[in-house]
Amino acid sequence: MIRRLFIANRGEIAVRVLRTAQRLGITTIAGVSAADRHSLVAKLADEVALIGPAPSSESYLNVAAVTAAATAARADAVHPGYGFLSENASFAQALAAAGITFVGPSLESLAAMGDKLRARSVAMEAGLPVVPGGEAATREQARERAAITGYPLLIKAVAGGGGRGMKRVDDPAQLETQIDLAMSEALAAFGDSRIYVERFIARGRHVEVQVLGDGQRALHLGSRDCSIQRRFQKLVEEAPAPGIPADRHEALLSAAVRLAEHLGYRGAGTVEFLVDAETFDFFFLEMNVRLQVEHPVTEAITGIDLVEQQLLVAEGLPLGWRQDQIVLRGHAMEVRLNAEDWQQGFRPSPGQVKSARWPAGPGVRVDSHLTGPGEVPPYYDSLAGKLIVYGADRAAALARLATALPTIELEGLATTRDLHRRIAADPRFVAGGVDTRFFDGFLEQPARG
Amino acid sequence: MADERVWLTAEDVAEIVTILEGSPFNQLDLRTTRFRLRVAREQAGEATGEWSQAWDWAEGAALPGAAASTTAVAAAVTEDTSDGLVRVAAALPGTFYRAPQPGAPAFVEPGDTVTAETVVGIVETMKLMNPVYAGVAGTVDSIPAANAVMVAAGTALVRIRQA
Repeated sequence: MIRRLFIANRGEIAVRVLRTAQRLGITTIAGVSAADRHSLVAKLADEVALIGPAPSSESYLNVAAVTAAATAARADAVHPGYGFLSENASFAQALAAAGITFVGPSLESLAAMGDKLRARSVAMEAGLPVVPGGEAATREQARERAAITGYPLLIKAVAGGGGRGMKRVDDPAQLETQIDLAMSEALAAFGDSRIYVERFIARGRHVEVQVLGDGQRALHLGSRDCSIQRRFQKLVEEAPAPGIPADRHEALLSAAVRLAEHLGYRGAGTVEFLVDAETFDFFFLEMNVRLQVEHPVTEAITGIDLVEQQLLVAEGLPLGWRQDQIVLRGHAMEVRLNAEDWQQGFRPSPGQVKSARWPAGPGVRVDSHLTGPGEVPPYYDSLAGKLIVYGADRAAALARLATALPTIELEGLATTRDLHRRIAADPRFVAGGVDTRFFDGFLEQPARG
Repeated sequence: MADERVWLTAEDVAEIVTILEGSPFNQLDLRTTRFRLRVAREQAGEATGEWSQAWDWAEGAALPGAAASTTAVAAAVTEDTSDGLVRVAAALPGTFYRAPQPGAPAFVEPGDTVTAETVVGIVETMKLMNPVYAGVAGTVDSIPAANAVMVAAGTALVRIRQA
């Protein structure tokens, strides 16, 4: 039974987790850095614990500091949110040693999916198709791999995730430079310089499946399409993934469940696939063993609170549903409102929010820590909030998105609002089922709609 | 305590919008000791006609110096009227008072300058004194409601010429 939950994250996700925990009658402790002492989660939490100074390496990413703060706060569980320590096995280990429940998967799942090469082989064991490729420990090996996979190819960090450390190589002449870059980025971001090489599928869609497992059984909560990305960072997500033939969609969903059951997965997770936009063949990419930024679109079409499920499963309870009881209804879209000046090369725009205005009404959900006056400190990522819209079908959700977006106003910050308005009006997006090339050249086109 | 906290979910906000949509009001301004929520129909710019939400949160009980009370109080609804004046209306039925106590000077008189935060009166409902905020900056035009009389929800209390 979780009575005191320590939230080891910040921003919108910390508020999101807090809301469910408080609704369930759990006492919440916000673990905050010095820069976030007056953030919304600190205002809303039952208790506030200071983890450390503003830089995340000394606070949200510091295993010892977070574990010590959670212990001092007499927390019986820690929710890591996404990013930061959410997929960090040594953090889960440190909590276990302190007798605190980690709201996340088992150490075995963290280890199996945290190493992307191991994840590939585990997925193959479970019978999932993977993109051709493999480890490239040295430049020499990378060249050999590249000769097999062919160009264009992707270099990825073995320990990576969230698109960081990923490099696309179109031309053999760029290979060595990109390997060096990828290795140094991987080392800086993940403390592990190992990389691997994968064939780049040009007309690929990024489709993922939300899974829930209790260690014995797993089920899926439908698909999400996150093909609209800039430099491998997702901008817009929707559920379900549109325009995939029913039999292929079903195959994708069951592949994800197969992997989760093969792992004996416990918790909420996301199995990411690359789907060929023409043939709808799909390949396993990776599994994220945590809550995703885009989880609200799944909540919208299932009516299931994923944070609540995470907490229940972390308490050791079995899943409360069978697959046939999960009903996917309607269509949902999410846009990530980033504090960035998208017209100036997406330059970060930290600072004070003097006032905030967000849309309201049926089918509208706003997940943000900046629903009123606040601050975007310069130390962390630029996510200022998420607008989630829901409609009976995709057209209804899209119409709601288009009318809701102009209402957003964060006075004092540059945001990606108008970029999203352009995306929402783009005929390719309106038609649905775009591939990951959508954003290439997007900014150079004249604005439509 | 966690279980005493009342959350307004996205569904609650949607319901507020639906209620407002079927009413003559264009704005709801709800204050508790924990937060202030303004739901409004946009009157200008590209978003005209769309509903918006804006929140202000008080420093929490978990931080030093903050109030721990969770009692919900107050609410004032303002509406634009055809003559360019903003009508500050009673959000709840109750007794309207123009002054903090008998014999004290009134909160505002016609001609006074007010900000959105200015208290223009009190509506006593179920033994709770709910301050009525102007909601907009401007000048008090008139005070149509009489002192110490029972008013219905929606009754115009004060008219303000917006700055």
